[in-house]
Amino acid sequence: MVKFYDREISSRLLIGSALYPSPAIMQDAIRESGAAIVTVSLRREAAGGKAGDQFWSLIRELGVTVLPNTAGCRSVREAVTTAKLARELFGTAWIKLEVIADNDTLQPDVVGLVEAATILIKDGFEVFPYCTEDLSVANRLADAGCRVIMPWAAPIGSARGIVSRDALKLLRDRLPDITLVVDAGLGAPSHAAEAMELGYDAVLLNTAIAKAENPVAMARAFRLAVEAGRTGFEAGLMGARDFASPSTPVIGTPFWHAVS
Amino acid sequence: MLVTLNGEQREVQATSVAALMAELDCTGGHYAVALNYDVVPRGKWDATAVNAGDEIEILTPRQGG
Repeated sequence: MVKFYDREISSRLLIGSALYPSPAIMQDAIRESGAAIVTVSLRREAAGGKAGDQFWSLIRELGVTVLPNTAGCRSVREAVTTAKLARELFGTAWIKLEVIADNDTLQPDVVGLVEAATILIKDGFEVFPYCTEDLSVANRLADAGCRVIMPWAAPIGSARGIVSRDALKLLRDRLPDITLVVDAGLGAPSHAAEAMELGYDAVLLNTAIAKAENPVAMARAFRLAVEAGRTGFEAGLMGARDFASPSTPVIGTPFWHAVS
Repeated sequence: MLVTLNGEQREVQATSVAALMAELDCTGGHYAVALNYDVVPRGKWDATAVNAGDEIEILTPRQGG
């Protein structure tokens, strides 16, 4: 079990609901992933349009907890208003807070992020900030009251895996009481396992599953990788060494002679 | 009167948020409304006036990552 604010959640894999080849595949992939938390967004509805209702029915059938995002927001004002609209629409105080600084890298605007998180927490929100791996930013977010922090592995949708391993490890070491989630940039199940082996509490991903040739099978692969990585972390990994160390006993080696 | 609705200029007849939603056939479903960057809770749609030049956003649930 992993704690997100005051809720105990069974799965350490959080999954997105976008980019799947079809609504049916989205549902099957989410089920196969075992995820209990699914990210969703809010978008403009055309007059008389029912796309929102149709999508919402699919999500409700899954019986999952939703985590609305502020994807696409480029200012504190947009993000704060979008968060409030999400609370109205989805009836949850949870918000995946994104304030985006750059169109090409989708890099978080960390200054705006801290400002928006501070405003929203004072307003009763439980904020899941999407941030960089920068320790000073993570500290500011924790000081603002964020009990979940979600640094990127690499730019959203890039599938590059963990770019700054040492920085992510430092965040884990320095913020032992914060629920840490690697969000964005994971492309392969091994990337998710690596994040879990670093001691991260969970991973959040979307594109790597939705854009796989077989999203349902990939959802299973990520579920198993997250479980393997977490179990490995809990089992206690041995440290890396500079030189070889034989695993087979040396004593009793045949034909062995003491060097004179 | 002319308002900005989901980023586009549009002529509407309604003078309240509730009437506007009916005029746009946005009733019965899942919608959230912002008027000039302030959320208008569903319980206040009737009592909230729409004025010329207002900036209105009507949002629904959608796929997200």
